[in-house]
Order: sequence, then structure tokens, then C-alpha cells
Amino acid sequence: MIILLENIKRKGYNGSLASYKKYGGYEALGKALGMESSLIISELKKSGLRGRGGAAFPTGIKWEFAADAADNPKYVVCNADEGEPGTFKDKLLMEKDPHSLIEGMAICGKAIGTKHGFIYIRGEYFDAFRSLQKALDETRKQNLIGKNIMGSDFSFDITLYRGAGAYVCGEETALLDSLEGKKGQSRVKPPFPTFEGLRNKPTVLNNVETLSNIAQIISKGGSWFSKIGNKTATGTKLFCLSGDIKKPGVYEADMNVTLNELINDYGGGAVGTLSAVFPGGLASSLLTPDKFDIKMNYESVMKAGSMLGSGAVIAINSTRCPVDLAANRMAEFFDHESCGKCTPCREGTKRAKEILQGIASGTGSVEDLSTIRDLADVLFDTSRCGLGQTALNAIRSSIDIFEDIYLEHITKRRCRAGICKFKK
Amino acid sequence: MIELEKILAEYNYKQGALLPCLHLVQEKEGFISEKMISYLARKMDLTRVEVYSVVTFYSMFTLKKHGKYVIRMCLSFPCYLKGARTIFNAVKKELKIENGETTKDGLFSLEGVSCIGLCDKAPAMLINDKSYGNLNAKKTVDIIRKIKKAEKKK
Ligand SMILES: Cc1cc2nc3c(=O)[nH]c(=O)nc-3n(C[C@H](O)[C@H](O)[C@H](O)COP(=O)(O)O)c2cc1C
Ligand code: SF4
Ligand code: FES
Repeated sequence: MIILLENIKRKGYNGSLASYKKYGGYEALGKALGMESSLIISELKKSGLRGRGGAAFPTGIKWEFAADAADNPKYVVCNADEGEPGTFKDKLLMEKDPHSLIEGMAICGKAIGTKHGFIYIRGEYFDAFRSLQKALDETRKQNLIGKNIMGSDFSFDITLYRGAGAYVCGEETALLDSLEGKKGQSRVKPPFPTFEGLRNKPTVLNNVETLSNIAQIISKGGSWFSKIGNKTATGTKLFCLSGDIKKPGVYEADMNVTLNELINDYGGGAVGTLSAVFPGGLASSLLTPDKFDIKMNYESVMKAGSMLGSGAVIAINSTRCPVDLAANRMAEFFDHESCGKCTPCREGTKRAKEILQGIASGTGSVEDLSTIRDLADVLFDTSRCGLGQTALNAIRSSIDIFEDIYLEHITKRRCRAGICKFKK
Repeated sequence: MIELEKILAEYNYKQGALLPCLHLVQEKEGFISEKMISYLARKMDLTRVEVYSVVTFYSMFTLKKHGKYVIRMCLSFPCYLKGARTIFNAVKKELKIENGETTKDGLFSLEGVSCIGLCDKAPAMLINDKSYGNLNAKKTVDIIRKIKKAEKKK
């Protein structure tokens, strides 16, 4: 089943307004303009759509909170800060089918009662920025956004806002601070953004992929969408396949698809023999081949001890050294990206990196492994935002799965993969 | 700059204008100067420290002048699996600079960065606003040499 990539896969489709309209584009907005706000929201709730940015919060409920909040003005903010290594689906949507996102945002504006929308886009996404800029210009010219859209009494416009190179700004409250021109550091929740968001006003914050589903849900109805996929994971999901896989890329499937199917049927199979896979990016725990038959939906992946996250499936084969990857890619990434606001994350990620780099260079001790496990607990329990809470998930899972390899590095100063260089 | 005034007015001289202003200045001048920090602080009624802390928080803003070509080489997990580290080292050697530095002639800056969304074409990099994928050391060095050559002709 294909929803999000339907247009992109059409022959000759180029993402322009003309081609978008050719296949029914902006009809959903027209329909929404004639609907009561509560009706739009009830369709969305019926659809069962859950946020695609990682946390999987029900989108209809989020919109309802914001619509019911008393304060004004309200804001619609699109999280286009896609920065999780291995995630590149939002980029594809923005570059190839930007109008789906714009239409979804306008419908959200109508549903919660606001004329203000923002797209917070990663600073490094130059092509996607240009594509959105062009799309917004076209849309304004044809009065599909702007004042009195399609002659109605509803006005809505969108400001494009570029991030500037900070992974943590993908976290919703850090994003809001960044959008206010501040350092992007997370806020304490609650209050949640639906009540106190941008400029402390009620704000709906949704991921690009989430919003790109909206127009089709309004066109075809919530119950149509709810029948696709799985009861608790309706609709389709974009999966980003990368790493040791033959055909890396973005693939759309409903959430009954198994990890095996993704790797073999969609991704053309593994390069080499896989030793583990991240089902949901570096913040998710690694899964070993015995678990590759799980279905890729929130509940099943959770049951297998990991999480679906934003859908970054990264395959790792047996020629890689798990210690090298943990020390030099995973721990290093989180240490670098920690915003430094709270101590457990700021110091914990640094300590984890030092300890792991010690193991990778032959100066580690057996106790180091339990220290890392303890650190993972501390960070999970005491960090302020999701970055710190999940920072050591993957590393802990790597130690659990490949303990013998870690011990070999520590006690025998030996790296089977021949990658780690030991100090004399 | 007239364009700065336009952005400031659009945001009612509120702090929200800061990132768009800094992007513009970084693009036009290649860095954020002390003078610019004072100017922006005054315009938005902020302290200089507030502006300074924002500038230093975001990796795309720099206090030192950037090269004409900013090479952003992805070192994240999927690119690392595909040999990004080796390419990075080859580029360092070619340009005779380390991560975060700029060549003496002011032509190139080199930055190891996090995922830039080109993981299906790993290893990948950006040079200014252009993306390059499926790289190897030779290909990457060739791209850089080509730019050098074109610049010499100017
Ligand atoms: C460290 C961190 C980084 C995040 N990065 C992103 C991101 O790049 N894009 C995104 O949509 N959500 C990201 N999120 C999730 C957001 O906080 C938020 O849950 C999401 O944007 C809500 O939209 P949704 O309900 O449509 O998923 C991140 C969360 C954390 C903790
Ligand atoms: S957990 Fe890390 S990223 Fe999040 S607020 Fe604390 S220091 Fe910042
Ligand atoms: S990991 Fe290098 S572009 Fe995504």
C-alpha cells in the first residue's frame, strides 16, 4: 500500500503545483474549508494516525488539545529538522512532493483556528528549502495559502525557518526555543506545546511525514486510513534503509511489514552477513537476526526490546567491530549533540565515550561494562529530554549482544574485525 | 544591510529574527563579526552575550571567517560504515587542514558533520549548498581539485 510516495512514483510527476493539482491536490483543503473544525479533528481521530517523528503520539488528540485551548493566537509548526543519522524520508517528501506538506499544514490551521504556520527546516537541507520556497510561492500566487483562501474567510500563511546545525533542535521544545531565536535547549514538560508552545501559545508540532498524510485522510476519510496496516499502527510508514544493505533508500510499507521483508524484499538483501540492525536509528536498541521476523510497528518492536523511532533501519554486517562503532560513532554522536543543559546527559555521554574509547584502544577493564550499564540507567531516569534518556540504549544493547567481543578487547586486547588499534 | 532591516521588520525586531539574520550575515560575510553581534543585539534589544551564546551554540555560524567553499563531510553512522573516515582523512591531507579549519588561501573550510540525509548515497558530503554522494577518496579529492583549478583561472 502506498500513500505518501504515490505522487512521487507517478511518471512525469515533478512536485510542482500543476502536477500536484492534476492528481487532486488541494481538493482536501477545499473540503476542509467547508467543514467544522471539530469534524476535521474527529476524522483524524478516526484515522488512528500517530506522529511519525518518533514519539507516536495520536495526531487527532494533539490537534484537539490545541483547538480546545483558550489562549490565542495559536501556531502550527512543522518539525522538518530531520537529523537522526540514517533518517532521510522527510527530505524526500519536501524535495519531491512539497505540496502535500503545505496542504496538510493549512488543514491543521483550519482545524485548530490559526493563520500562522512555521516550517522549521534543517539548515543543511538546502535542496528541500528551495523546493519548499518555490512551492510556497506557487501556492500564494493561486491563493491556496494567504489571505481568504479560495475566497473563504480562512487565512493562513507559512514562514520557512532554517535551523543552524544542532541535532537537539529536533526535540520539540528545543525546536520552539530555536524558533524564538534562542539556543535550542529543551524545556521542562509539562506544560506541553499544545498548551504552551511557540511564544507560550498553544501550538501543534508535527513531523513532515505526519502532516503529509493529512490531505489524503481528509479526502478519503478517517475510516479508510484506519483500515490500512495494523490496529494500533494505522496507515503506512516510510522506512529509511541504510548501511550494509544492497539497495539503500526510502521505502513505504504498512506497519505489518516484517524487518526481514524490509531488508530482503525492499532493500534487495544484505551486504555480507548481518550481525545486527537498528530498527529505529541510533536511539533504538539493536536487534539480532533471530528477531528479524518481527512486524515493524510500535508495539511489536517495543516487545522485541527496541523502538521504531522515526524509521531509520540501519543494517550492520559481521565485518564491523561493535566496539569501534559504539565508541567512535554512537557514544561520540550523543556526546557531541548533547545540548549541555542537564548534568546526567552532558557528563554521562562524555564519560561513556571515554570509557568506550578506552576499551577500543585496549585500556579498558571488565568493570567498565557494568559502569556503562549503570550510566545507561542513570541517563534514562534523570535526563531532561529524549536525547539523554535514550543516548545509551543502543550502546547497552551492543554490550549485551556482543559481550564476548567487548571482553576480548578488554582481556585479550584483540579485535576480531581488525579495526581497533591497541595502545602499546 | 537593507536585507537585514527587512528581516528585522518582518519579526517586529523580536528575537525570532536572530537566526534568519545570522544566516544572512554568515552567507554574505562568511562569519559573524563582533561588530555584527553588537549591531544585532542593539536592534533586538538583547545583550551582546545573548547574541554571542546563540552564535556559538549553532555549528553553522562561525566567529572566524569561513572559506569560500565549505565542505561538510558526513561522519555519521551509515556513512562511517561506508568508509567516510578514510575519505575525511584524504581530504584533510589534500587541503592540509584539520577538522574545523580553513585553508590559508581562504578557499576551503572543512567540517565533519552529522547525517545530512544522503545516507542512501553514503558516503556523502555537501560543498556549500551542493550535495555529493557515493564518494570514495579519489572521487572526493578530484572534486576538490576541480574547484581549485576553476578558481585559479578566475
Ligand atoms: C533528541 C530528539 C530529536 C528529535 N528529532 C526529531 C526530528 O528531527 N524530527 C521530528 O519530527 N521529530 C523529532 N523528535 C521528536 C519531536 O520531539 C516530536 O515528538 C515530534 O516532532 C512530534 O511530531 P509528531 O507527533 O508528528 O511525530 C526528536 C526528539 C528528540 C528527543
Ligand atoms: S538530556 Fe541532553 S540534550 Fe536533553 S536537555 Fe539534557 S543535556 Fe540537553
Ligand atoms: S549518515 Fe551520512 S548522510 Fe546520513
